[in-house]
Amino acid sequence: MSGTPNSGRPMDIPAEPAETVSTARWFARGAQQFLSIPAMILMASFVGFAGLARASGIGLVETVVMAGGIWALPSCVVLVGAVQTGAPLAATFIAVSLSAFRLMPMVMSIVPVMRAERTSKLTLLFLSHFVAVTAWVFGMAKLPGLPREARAAYFAGFAVTLTSGAMIVAGVSHELAGALPPLLAAGLTLLTPLYFTVSLWGAARLASDRLALAFGVATWPAMHWLEPNFELIWTGLIGGTAAFLVGRRIDAGRRRRVPADTENAGMEVGP
Amino acid sequence: MNLLTATYHQLDAWWWPYLFILIAGWFANDMWRILGVVLAGRLSDDSAIFTYVKSVATALVAGVIAQLIFLPSGSLGLAPMWLRLLSVAAGFAAYKASRDNVLVAVLVGEAVLLGLWAGLVGMP
Repeated sequence: MSGTPNSGRPMDIPAEPAETVSTARWFARGAQQFLSIPAMILMASFVGFAGLARASGIGLVETVVMAGGIWALPSCVVLVGAVQTGAPLAATFIAVSLSAFRLMPMVMSIVPVMRAERTSKLTLLFLSHFVAVTAWVFGMAKLPGLPREARAAYFAGFAVTLTSGAMIVAGVSHELAGALPPLLAAGLTLLTPLYFTVSLWGAARLASDRLALAFGVATWPAMHWLEPNFELIWTGLIGGTAAFLVGRRIDAGRRRRVPADTENAGMEVGP
Repeated sequence: MNLLTATYHQLDAWWWPYLFILIAGWFANDMWRILGVVLAGRLSDDSAIFTYVKSVATALVAGVIAQLIFLPSGSLGLAPMWLRLLSVAAGFAAYKASRDNVLVAVLVGEAVLLGLWAGLVGMP
């Protein structure tokens, strides 16, 4: 995961055997990573989200519940957008669950990296709730450098702190959102598309991933015009299918030129 | 009244927004996370199905990005469309030019938006 900040150099973790460091210590070390650039950008994005929620008539407690209960910022934004346009519950559920579909492959790919032999399914189910773009990119970049026994605790420390921080930030900024100058509020709202664009690009491994990002942005305006209530679903299906078909040809061509399996999906970071 | 066709602001009951968030928010997301844990290790991450699923997922998130650029709510919507597009494009260009530095991308994108908005277009 060379596409993320802080991932270029080895971690600031001393090389002591995992057994000598308790789970609580690993949790604390993960939590310390809250003081990092991606975490700060995400916190600022939640300031923008709280402003969005408030502008859509969503209350303070409901906004905090959304931040912690959904956690994935795109899903939060889709839900708020549906509330804003007055979409019914069933249509909102469909739109949010289609935009959240990507969480399944994200969880599927981080679980083999995160778990040790003794990690229970219950622990993994609990930790899966905290998987979203920022925590996923963080985990895929940092966990392979840690002893297996430490990974779940380290990820929990980071991800639980991140989610708790976002809930506090969302609550505080919902309270203050009305007082923000328009220029500052606009700048905070822009953080989300900026950060998502570059972090998704950074996490992309295949040509189809990058094409999907480009095709999705390009397809949305037409879909919004054609199918105002289901634009995201159609954007995903049409943009994603096109990206898969074109990307598969590009990736196949690349594999033919590169004899070693260097072009294998780089998401499997195993021992 | 059919709850499935009710909107978020339609019912007056205190519990309705929470039920709406529980179903369309929490469950709509965590059913995929739970399924991800259940299926982890079964589907190979270099299979064509996996790549297709990831493409659709990425395009969906790209749609969310587009929505935030083309149809933003709040005061960002007051900025001209070309400026919103230019800001994200400049941030992305800075990301590539800085060898994938997220902070540089964010700072450049924000500087373009706020600088040009206040300087050229006039304060909102």
